[in-house]
Amino acid sequence: MLLARWRQTLVAAVGVTFSIAMFITLLGFMNGLNDLLDGLILNRTPHVRLYNEIKPSENQPVNVAGQYKDSYNFISSVKAGVTRQEIYNSGPILQAVKADERVLGATPKLLAQVFFNEGTIDITGVINGVDVEEESRLFNFQDYVTAGDPIDAKNVANSIILGKGLAEILVADIGDVVQVTTAQGERFPLKVVGYFQSGIQEIDKVQSYASIATTQKLLGKPANYMTDIQVKLHDLEQAPAVSREYAQLFQVDAEDIQTANAQFETGSSVRSLISYAVGITLLIVAGFGIFNILNMMIYEKMDSIAILKATGFSGRDVNLVFLVIAMSIGLFGGLLGLVFGFVFSLIIDNIPFNTSALPTIKTYPVNYDPVFYFIGGTFSLITTYFAGFFPARKASKVDPVEIIRGK
Amino acid sequence: MKGSNEKMQEVILEARGINKAFHDPVTVQVLRDITFTVNKGEFVSVIGKSGCGKSTLLYILSTMDTDYTGELFIDKELMSGRPDPELARIRNEKIGFVFQFHYLLNEFTVLRNVMLPGLKLGRYSEQEVEHRAMERLKMLGIDHLAKQSAYRISGGEKQRVAIARALINDPHVIMGDEPTGNLDKRNSDIVFNIFKELTEEHNQTLLIVTHDTEFAENSHRIIEMEDGRIIRI
Repeated sequence: MLLARWRQTLVAAVGVTFSIAMFITLLGFMNGLNDLLDGLILNRTPHVRLYNEIKPSENQPVNVAGQYKDSYNFISSVKAGVTRQEIYNSGPILQAVKADERVLGATPKLLAQVFFNEGTIDITGVINGVDVEEESRLFNFQDYVTAGDPIDAKNVANSIILGKGLAEILVADIGDVVQVTTAQGERFPLKVVGYFQSGIQEIDKVQSYASIATTQKLLGKPANYMTDIQVKLHDLEQAPAVSREYAQLFQVDAEDIQTANAQFETGSSVRSLISYAVGITLLIVAGFGIFNILNMMIYEKMDSIAILKATGFSGRDVNLVFLVIAMSIGLFGGLLGLVFGFVFSLIIDNIPFNTSALPTIKTYPVNYDPVFYFIGGTFSLITTYFAGFFPARKASKVDPVEIIRGK
Repeated sequence: MKGSNEKMQEVILEARGINKAFHDPVTVQVLRDITFTVNKGEFVSVIGKSGCGKSTLLYILSTMDTDYTGELFIDKELMSGRPDPELARIRNEKIGFVFQFHYLLNEFTVLRNVMLPGLKLGRYSEQEVEHRAMERLKMLGIDHLAKQSAYRISGGEKQRVAIARALINDPHVIMGDEPTGNLDKRNSDIVFNIFKELTEEHNQTLLIVTHDTEFAENSHRIIEMEDGRIIRI
């Protein structure tokens, strides 16, 4: 109703627009980075890992024996007995897990500790025996193979994909043959068919991949030998529950992703928290801007308020007018801010970002989660409401007699 | 059917024993026991020296000032002690205002300014209110200004727009606080003639505070005040 002061109103709206745009951009970018960093680990980490831990039995014979049952037994130097790293009964477990409808997929894995022989020097390393196709499907294996074709690990007999760092140490090009010594002392030539790069130097220096069959051959084990079953679920949040259930059901050790990577969760949530805090601060500052402008507007428009009241507009009407002004600043500024935020996000999304550590990333990562837009929009309305509330109340209490008599 | 003489006797505004005092910084009795009535169709001027309380009285009569003792009747209804939103509605419907300053809203056109109280009342549709506003502008000879912005017209024209605005809801009474106080002789005469015409041809009740004695003498009735009392009715 009071279309007063277009320029000031515009400034207020621009303030809201700017803060909402920044809020969206900041959160989008921050969460993009979060997703990227989490993805570095989480995408490649199974949601539930089934394995068999080598550890001493909890029920030592002396505790079980009837005659010592009532006494307190001290046992020192407890050692693990005859336990194998292998998962017992792996075939049926794998089948049962794959049949579970919560499970997106499950793939076996076989870890082999080896030495890579570089002349006279032995370099320790780990060969991960994997089902290449499933590993690609579930854990984006192909994204991290920067040279060569991952499927060659399966198709070429006795082949290996070396970590980039490891390949540099071994000076091994694709097509070269590297010598591997197993823990049992067997020597084995393997052909390099590719490099993989995880983005984490320490991993790239020790890890390498081979097909599960090659690894079983390397260790001299039968085709059902596997040390890990990696499970990927449809819903990550179910991992702890599923993990507990499987541990009970299959009598194996199970570890869920939340336990294994608690630090990433913490990092992500702290980063989110910071970006929310910054975004909301921006909005509150914009809110104070609106508050100021409305307050000034009220002083300028005293006469108008007085005459509106004199001609029959009640305090409530005047209150409403100023609230509507504030809210429309919030609404239009906010909407425009959402659009600008999206545009800024798009721009950031197209800025080249090349780093050798992250082979799959070409531009800055941005997250376009609609939740941010929703929060931004809602918050702009809330802040402008409160920014308008007090000036509006003040305007509604203007006494027309005082204004008119004051002239 | 009532005769015109009988109609003149219809009381539109009545004040009974109105007292008002300002307490800050010291208690000053501004109005003492004000009692009078205004009949329909009367053109009443209130005169008196500066500080005699005539403006204060007007604001009490207009219901904008509620800090007084005594009783005020408009259209035979008691106004005293009613809540603010209700008084706002009564002001909107039954009272028209003309102040010394025009108080037009600069953001709107002349027409829109006149329409505003009518839109607030909501008795007529927007088209009807617009039509009524044009009628009133025409009556005051300023219909050619309807589409102009309110700040682009002259002082005399503004005051006439303010009168048109006061008339939009067919109020029972029009109250004026020095409506000619800020105008030159020529424009004062125009405004006075408008008032005269309103009261004679449209039977409009007018209650005008002024210290222009020439203006007052030409009205039907003069209420003179001194030190918060009425000394002549």
